[in-house]
Amino acid sequence: MAERYSSFAPGGTAWLLQRITAAFLVVVLAFHFFQLHFVNHAAEVTFAGTQERMSTIGYFVTMVLFLIAGAFHGVNGVYNALVNQGLEGTQKKVVLSVLVLAGAALIAQGIYVAIAMAGWT
Amino acid sequence: MSQSYNRGLIEDFGRWKEFSAGMWAWIFHKFTGWMLIGYLFTHIAVLSTAIGAASGDAALIQQETDVYTTTIQGLESLFIVRVLEVGLLAVAVFHILNGLRLLMVDLGVGLSAQDKSFYASLVLTGVITVASVPTFMDGVGF
Repeated sequence: MAERYSSFAPGGTAWLLQRITAAFLVVVLAFHFFQLHFVNHAAEVTFAGTQERMSTIGYFVTMVLFLIAGAFHGVNGVYNALVNQGLEGTQKKVVLSVLVLAGAALIAQGIYVAIAMAGWT
Repeated sequence: MSQSYNRGLIEDFGRWKEFSAGMWAWIFHKFTGWMLIGYLFTHIAVLSTAIGAASGDAALIQQETDVYTTTIQGLESLFIVRVLEVGLLAVAVFHILNGLRLLMVDLGVGLSAQDKSFYASLVLTGVITVASVPTFMDGVGF
């Protein structure tokens, strides 16, 4: 195996987390699509229905983990894509800071929304 | 196993004319990845109407006229939103299937079939997307 075409340097923590979140997302994203398009149709979503689902602790925790895994996987993926394109030095640090802030803001807002959906505000 | 490899111009988009399955898989994976993270930010923004619904009048929730329900049902009544949702499904399915394929490539499993597995990902994405169209377009005239 002399040639590697992976976009990520293997062996690092981010590399491992990218793959762990991927495995989690494959399962939960499929569940999410199935739950909200095939079991419940998106056009029939109501706040009352969302609140009923989200007030179940297992569903709530799954959705929050889904959000965190998705945000990390996406933001880390974007960062690695940009590094692959040749991002270096100060630009690389600035981009990393912006992406970390954007990811953290997304997770914070998402958790706030999840709590509101569950009716715990 | 761990010897380094200079990827050279693999990431150079200018090589698109030199068709290779691996390069297109790489380009599609990046493209679908950008779409999905962009969608995630938009999705949370739309779902944020739940904050207004939860802090509003409880009677509106019972009547299904709260801001969250009306926003989502309003969006779902638009034909273009349904078309975009089918596109989102296609993007997500390809990213998942190609991601599983990349995992195999990373593990060194079935490297000789890496081009065939790319085509299989494309075909399977197409089949799943087409099969999902009736459900996704339900109620908007399809």
